[in-house]
Amino acid sequence: MEFPHPERMRLRRCDSAASVPQFCNSPTLIVMVGLPARGKTYISKKLTRYLNWIGVPTKMFNVGQYRREAVKIYKNFEFFKPDNEEAMRIRKACAAAALKDVSAYFTKEQGQVAVFDATNTTKERRAVIISFAKEKGYKVFFIESICDNPEIIAENIKQVKFGSPDYVDRDIDEAMEDFIQRIECYRANYIPIDDEKDRKLSYIKIFDVGSTYLVNRVQDHIQSRIVYYLMNIHVTPRSIYLSRHGESELNLLGRIGGDSGLSPRGLKYANALAAFIRSQKITDLKVWTSHMKRTIQTAEAVGVQYEQWKALNEIDAGVCEELTYEEIQENFPEEFALRDQDKYRYRYPKGESYEDLVHRLEPVIMELERQENVLVVCHQAVMRCLLAYFLDKPADELPYLRCPLHTVLKLTPIAYGCKVESFFLNIEAVNTHRERPVNVNINRDPDEALQTVPDHI
Amino acid sequence: MLDNEEFMLDTYPRELTQNPLKKIWMPCRNGHIAQRRVCMTNCPTLIVTVGLPARGKTYISKKLTRYLNWIGVPTKEFNVGQYRRECLKIYKSFEFFRPDNEEGLKIRRQCATSALNDVRQYLSVEGGQVAVFDATNTTRERRGTIVKFAEQNGFKVFFVESVCEDPEVIAQNIVQVKLGSPDYIHCNSEEAIEDFMKRIKCYESSYQPLDEVLDRDLSYIKIMDVGRRYLVNRVVDHIQSRIVYYLMNIHITPRSIYLCRHGESDLNIKGRIGGDSGLSARGKEFAKHLRKFIQEQNIKDLKVWTSQMKRTIQTAECLGAPYEQWKSLNEIDAGVCEEMMYEEIQEHYPLEFALRDQDKYRYRYPKGESYEDLVQRLEPVIMELERQENILVICHQAVMRCLLAYFLDKTADELPYLNCPLHTVLKLTPVAYGCKVESVYLGVDSVNTHRDRPERM
Repeated sequence: MEFPHPERMRLRRCDSAASVPQFCNSPTLIVMVGLPARGKTYISKKLTRYLNWIGVPTKMFNVGQYRREAVKIYKNFEFFKPDNEEAMRIRKACAAAALKDVSAYFTKEQGQVAVFDATNTTKERRAVIISFAKEKGYKVFFIESICDNPEIIAENIKQVKFGSPDYVDRDIDEAMEDFIQRIECYRANYIPIDDEKDRKLSYIKIFDVGSTYLVNRVQDHIQSRIVYYLMNIHVTPRSIYLSRHGESELNLLGRIGGDSGLSPRGLKYANALAAFIRSQKITDLKVWTSHMKRTIQTAEAVGVQYEQWKALNEIDAGVCEELTYEEIQENFPEEFALRDQDKYRYRYPKGESYEDLVHRLEPVIMELERQENVLVVCHQAVMRCLLAYFLDKPADELPYLRCPLHTVLKLTPIAYGCKVESFFLNIEAVNTHRERPVNVNINRDPDEALQTVPDHI
Repeated sequence: MLDNEEFMLDTYPRELTQNPLKKIWMPCRNGHIAQRRVCMTNCPTLIVTVGLPARGKTYISKKLTRYLNWIGVPTKEFNVGQYRRECLKIYKSFEFFRPDNEEGLKIRRQCATSALNDVRQYLSVEGGQVAVFDATNTTRERRGTIVKFAEQNGFKVFFVESVCEDPEVIAQNIVQVKLGSPDYIHCNSEEAIEDFMKRIKCYESSYQPLDEVLDRDLSYIKIMDVGRRYLVNRVVDHIQSRIVYYLMNIHITPRSIYLCRHGESDLNIKGRIGGDSGLSARGKEFAKHLRKFIQEQNIKDLKVWTSQMKRTIQTAECLGAPYEQWKSLNEIDAGVCEEMMYEEIQEHYPLEFALRDQDKYRYRYPKGESYEDLVQRLEPVIMELERQENILVICHQAVMRCLLAYFLDKTADELPYLNCPLHTVLKLTPVAYGCKVESVYLGVDSVNTHRDRPERM
């Protein structure tokens, strides 16, 4: 049998629990296509955030940024007129600079996916990119966004263009007028991806914000995941409420994990949560919990039908389940130190790591994207993972995000990101947040290790 | 304003009790467990295939049905051709399908109606969630009838159209599945092919494919050229999104999937379940035999996957080729019973032991997993297996049972008792509508780890 030679394929033996199989073959260049105000940057940023969260190093390259750096001051739409030769030169140079940075990202920074965010509306421009990728051995996947609904476009302009550096000193009507002219500059020369002539390319065309999709020649796993993700996201306004279960009996004792019930204060919180939710007057709220008693008890108080997800269960602490941090330090001092060294990748013996958690939560995120108003009642580590996804926090920050008990986070997508509102429902609870101690060496003293442990009974 | 306000009539929060079999916390009143079905869809879904004969409709229907049942969505296919065969008894020739054959048309219409009645029975009365209506459905009129039927009964409709004009693919299709059909049992190959080609012609003139404009309000996926291109329109819910994702990942390129367990482990010899032990001497012997077997098979571009447990990795190491580790392939977590012998489980947890024998598929070990949990965990593995070509998966007994059940369409009832002995490789090769299985025992002795379904409960 022919075993593939290690030099020829970049497949490597890996012990990573990353959510995507480690098919480290060629890097992928995702290329956005579409007129201005069609959601290209929205898609680019969201996709980049998702891919990074599931463990695929991804970076976005927005050619507009490069242009702003080159031109400093944006006067008006005339810059984009197709007969403006001076501007054309600058724009071509910006695209080239961005592609150069893409190359550096792949070769020097171990990037796996680059998202090239620009209009790329001419066949010529796309040909330049394709030949660049071919020369370097990158796979190319196009994402074209097509929309002619004037309402959607107007909404888009309001949400993201008025706040753009280009229009910072302009009044709204001026900005709108100018931007519309800008779109017209591109429209004359816009050649969409041709289903016949471009049939050898790999691409997805998104019509009318996701009503219809055309998918052509998906080559590999990552492209398949990207397509699945793009087909599940939507722009309908909605809010996601994240909360932990009410304070539990084990929380009071400073013990981690387990499957205990709510403490009296935890029950109070459950009722306060119910009142809070009622006051929010949400239409069609879905409620999700884990399979653990404390989240279900909390949801019971809200009084609506809820759905239990095993995937939302708290991180499995393996041999450390139901121990206090003091007991972990006493019985497993080396494990305790290793955890402080790399809390994201550290896996409890016979348990899980945050990295494993992210993998297990991916279907939850996918379904959260599909849903509208949702309340997720979960656990500390789980909530940190979900929050990191919505707020684009990197792996080293994720395990230290603050998710205190008895506090609801309301996330509302706006513009390119997420607005967060925090509601402490005024019921006291223990603090379960343990900061990274100064000394993470395995030879440290016990009190150095226990320096940051929060108080408990 | 909250939905489901009728729930507010009960007193909240309700008492919780843990179902002893599945370890799921459920509300109970006076000792009665409130029934709460966690389901992915609200109303049932009717999937309707569309396409000329020999376009893979039945292949897709069967595969999709198998997948949905495996992930726990009760699904059944209704093949109108079957109904026609039951009605007609003897198939004479393509003339039956001529568009001017009034008698034939009457019978075919009756068969479709009869099948739809059975669909209604399955979805509305028998608790089915998805029905796959497998027929050509090539006219807008026929599809209109089905849409009306679905509306009347409160079913969602999702069309799956297969479009293909590649004569080689069609010829291959005919050879694989038509020649063996009951219709052609008494014909020789040439006669059968000639008749079938004329049969296709009967449909061609009246074929109205799903139209991007006329059918823009329908939910559908159009599969073109065996998956080179897809057009997806108006996916309305989770199950349709999963169906689209699945359909976009399957292919028909010939390949084989090799499944085997790790070599015999030290804990195997001791009769203990779970754990993370290394290979025994015989297990290492098996690994060598496996290497030889794989080499003799002369497989092109074989991928190798293992779990993250020592015994599968040790087995793969012997192959001397790159392999990929998946945590999702880890053996079922036996929770408090990890590393116990069955005798010890009987002694310490007799109730648990009995519950497991009552319903081995749904039974969850305390602080562990059930087969049902395993299937959910393995779904991304199956999805990636569908994308791959030649592949060897080195895993564990319970995991292998789940994977095998998927490929061989075994029910949840049979799954936990499938025979997956040590030191035996199963070679699965997709053929026609199913999977050919070849079992190869590699001649190295081992313990038997199979526990049959006990007779007395």
